[in-house]
Amino acid sequence: MPAAGVFSLIWLLIALPLFGAAVLLLGGRRTNSWGPYLGVLTVVGSAVLAVLMLVAMMGHSAEERSVGQTLFTWVFAGGFQADMAFQLDQLSMVFVLLITIVGSLIHIYSIGYMSHDADKRKFFGYLNLFVAAMLLLVLANNYLLLYVGWEGVGLASYLLIGFWQIKPTAAAAAKKAFIINRVGDVGLSLAIMVMFVTFGSVSFSDVFGQAAEASEGTLTAIGLLLLLAACGKSAQFPLQAWLLDAMEGPTPVSALIHAATMVTAGVYLIVRSNAVFDRAVWAAGAVVLIGLITIFMGAIIGSAKDDIKKSLAGSTMSQIGYMIFAAGLGPIGYVFAIFHLLTHGVFKAGLFLGAGSVMHGMKDNVNMRRYGALRGLMIITFVTFMAGYLAIMGIPPFSGFWSKDEIIHAAFERSWVIGAAAILGAGITGFYMTRMIAMTFFGKARWEEGVHPHESPAVMTIPLVILAIGSTFLGMALLFWGNIETWLEPVVGFASNPTQLSSTALMAITLVVVLIGAFIGWRQYGAKPVPVDAPSGNWLTRAARRDLYGDLVNEVVVVRPSFTLARWLTWFDSSWIDGFVNGSAAFVGGASGRMRRTQSGFARSYALSMLGGAVLIVAALVLVRLS
Amino acid sequence: MTEVNLGEEIVFWFSGGLAVLGALGLILSRKAVHSALWVALTMINLAVLYVANSAPFLGMVQVVVYTGAVMMLFLFVLMVVGVDSSDSLIETLKGQRLVAIVLAVGLAILLVAGIGAGLTDVVPVGLDEANGVDGGNVQGIARLLFTDYLVAFEVTSALLITAALGAMVLAHRERWLPRASQEELSKARFTGTGHPGNLPSSGTYARHNAVDTPALLPDGSPSAQSIPGPLVARGDVRPVDHHDVEQIESLDGGSK
Amino acid sequence: MNPANYIILSAILFSLGAIGVLVRRNAIIVFMSVELMLNAANLAFVAFARMNGNLDGQVAAFFVMVVAAAEVVVGLAIIVTIFRSRRSASIDEPNLLKY
Repeated sequence: MPAAGVFSLIWLLIALPLFGAAVLLLGGRRTNSWGPYLGVLTVVGSAVLAVLMLVAMMGHSAEERSVGQTLFTWVFAGGFQADMAFQLDQLSMVFVLLITIVGSLIHIYSIGYMSHDADKRKFFGYLNLFVAAMLLLVLANNYLLLYVGWEGVGLASYLLIGFWQIKPTAAAAAKKAFIINRVGDVGLSLAIMVMFVTFGSVSFSDVFGQAAEASEGTLTAIGLLLLLAACGKSAQFPLQAWLLDAMEGPTPVSALIHAATMVTAGVYLIVRSNAVFDRAVWAAGAVVLIGLITIFMGAIIGSAKDDIKKSLAGSTMSQIGYMIFAAGLGPIGYVFAIFHLLTHGVFKAGLFLGAGSVMHGMKDNVNMRRYGALRGLMIITFVTFMAGYLAIMGIPPFSGFWSKDEIIHAAFERSWVIGAAAILGAGITGFYMTRMIAMTFFGKARWEEGVHPHESPAVMTIPLVILAIGSTFLGMALLFWGNIETWLEPVVGFASNPTQLSSTALMAITLVVVLIGAFIGWRQYGAKPVPVDAPSGNWLTRAARRDLYGDLVNEVVVVRPSFTLARWLTWFDSSWIDGFVNGSAAFVGGASGRMRRTQSGFARSYALSMLGGAVLIVAALVLVRLS
Repeated sequence: MTEVNLGEEIVFWFSGGLAVLGALGLILSRKAVHSALWVALTMINLAVLYVANSAPFLGMVQVVVYTGAVMMLFLFVLMVVGVDSSDSLIETLKGQRLVAIVLAVGLAILLVAGIGAGLTDVVPVGLDEANGVDGGNVQGIARLLFTDYLVAFEVTSALLITAALGAMVLAHRERWLPRASQEELSKARFTGTGHPGNLPSSGTYARHNAVDTPALLPDGSPSAQSIPGPLVARGDVRPVDHHDVEQIESLDGGSK
Repeated sequence: MNPANYIILSAILFSLGAIGVLVRRNAIIVFMSVELMLNAANLAFVAFARMNGNLDGQVAAFFVMVVAAAEVVVGLAIIVTIFRSRRSASIDEPNLLKY
């Protein structure tokens, strides 16, 4: 449908934060005083506009909800055309709402969190840039424009992780994130190239419309390449190593980018390309496998980290693994992947901002072994954090219960083996989250000298409260009042298979497993006193503390061979290529040095060579004549 | 002459042999003047050969221009450069002599073989008819010069003028100092060393008054200044015969 | 006698002139050897003119003589000029245009 009414302002959704970024980053120090507020206003403006568009869209019938707006033809080269055009359908609408609303809350939170930072104007500029790029990513109507947004969020992530760039660890973490993302980006660009070769165009309508005519091999290739891209952006195995290091950035960054939005871009890509994955069974199978591996990887790593942010990062990795896993299940899972994405976005942002509030009160200490007994001193933080905790555990009626249980149900629809694995993952989730709250809010106080925990200012606690309300009620709201399944069905398709166990039985089993995990976690960390120095632990604990050797694998498989190759190439260049070039130059020099001795300066020797030449010519003539 | 008759053959062998002899003399003489004379011999013989080949005009031009003008020009320049100038026999460039002789001999063999092989059965047409067209060899050449080869003729005349100008420019001596005036010349003459006046001329006697005969000073001794320096240096001064002087004095009546 | 004998004589004189150019060091003698070579060429022209029966060869020889005369004029002037500044008539003397 063409854009009309409020939808003619789709471009404004992106333009507002982009304008904010431009003013803040290009305006320089002059904008230092009022810059942050401008940054907040632009995103809030986009949020208001998004809500208006939602209202208008809900008024349309299901077939008319997809709205398109073309600004201009961007690339027109021979047979290839890509427009600067947007598509706002049901899928992008929910993403736009998530990005703008959660983004606004985090912007408001950052006013308090970054109030002492001298570079906070730049921070808001980068945040606005990120919001603009992410909106472009979800609103694009062709893969090329999506790639622009994809790269944009990667850039913003790099800038924000390394925001405190004088810290060497932050700079290294930013570089690592960018490079690993780049590996995934190669997948996306190759996928776009294959699409162009196969379909002649990269716009969604053309690709999805013609997907039925492409061979399964081609679609499998496209699917696997898109999966590679999603792994990079969403920190899935094997490109997961950057997410934990990304916690070097400020906490609002971790909340917005590495919990709620950017890392979900991979899920968006897979769900958007459902037309490809529906027809490429092997690619979809690979998606499920990757998701499953990452669920356990993230959970195990999150269980052993003492840094509260890194533990939450491991949890994010695991939860996104759930989403990817659900997306790989096909039409039975797409809707629930998005559902879980939305609820996770809200409660994980709440958890991260809560962690930031705790850090703020504990003088920016992130070691949970130095927390303890904070529930009486940081009440609002504690209550909101508990809301997020209950949501992520999947305790009814909190939001996470509805989305995660639907995923487990869909897993059982495929096979009970993976269903059981999903339930086990939920159990481990219960374990590590209980460990986290036990070490932070309960138990004895293990604070360092001079630390006086206090509640954060209102500008930080109000977003926490709003997010906690979302963590509590969003699940029910989306499922019952918003009819999320029917809302997304026109875009992604929805199917349902019967399972051996009824849904109620599944819910009960899941709840029991989660509570067992929580009980183990409480017994380990809540009942017993927590030692301040980390005990050595068994082999799994040690492996989990080292990110399940993810960095080691990258080092051995990628980094060291690259360095060796570079060293060999340098040697080859300097000895062989330079040798050849220098050698030919030396040869020419030597040859001319010898040849110039024929220029003796004596006219008689020149005359002799002239006579020699004349004799040769006469001889040639005579020979030709005589033969 | 369409064929070569016996007389021409004799002329050929004689003049040709002398020409080769002259060429050998040119390249083998030590003194430059000798080489010049040998060359003149070669050229005159070549003029004879031209005439034998029914080219009388060219033969005369060869004698007048080549032997007369060009070789005389060579001799003049030899006088400027130094008639005594002679080459040492040692060759300074390594291998030059050997390679030069080999190459030149090779060239001669090639030319002889090539041309000889090509001209074995040729009967000369002879120039009787060509010379008879315009009534003579000179007229025939003149016709060709002023019709077929007119442009070449004009160009060579321009060349000659250019050559003359070039020689004048090259041989010109630039005056670095201002020309000395008459006054300065006189001053230099009388204030400097040397004899200010004229030198005495050589003695004039009844039997001898040549350049190498000295004049007598008042005391009867010969004046060395009256004889040109080179002759004195060579010792070519003729001694004065005092017997003749006394005889004249007695004839004179003893007036001293 | 074969009229080609004149050509053979010309070839011999030409080679002797070439030897003279290459072997002698006095500039004037070199020049004279060049004149010898030109004369040999003239003899060949005249002989061929007789063989072919037209006077073009003789006209060519005539032009050779004219040009040779002009060449001698300029060449000797150059030798004189060089002799004035260098006091030597050897052609090995001016050898500064070398490596």
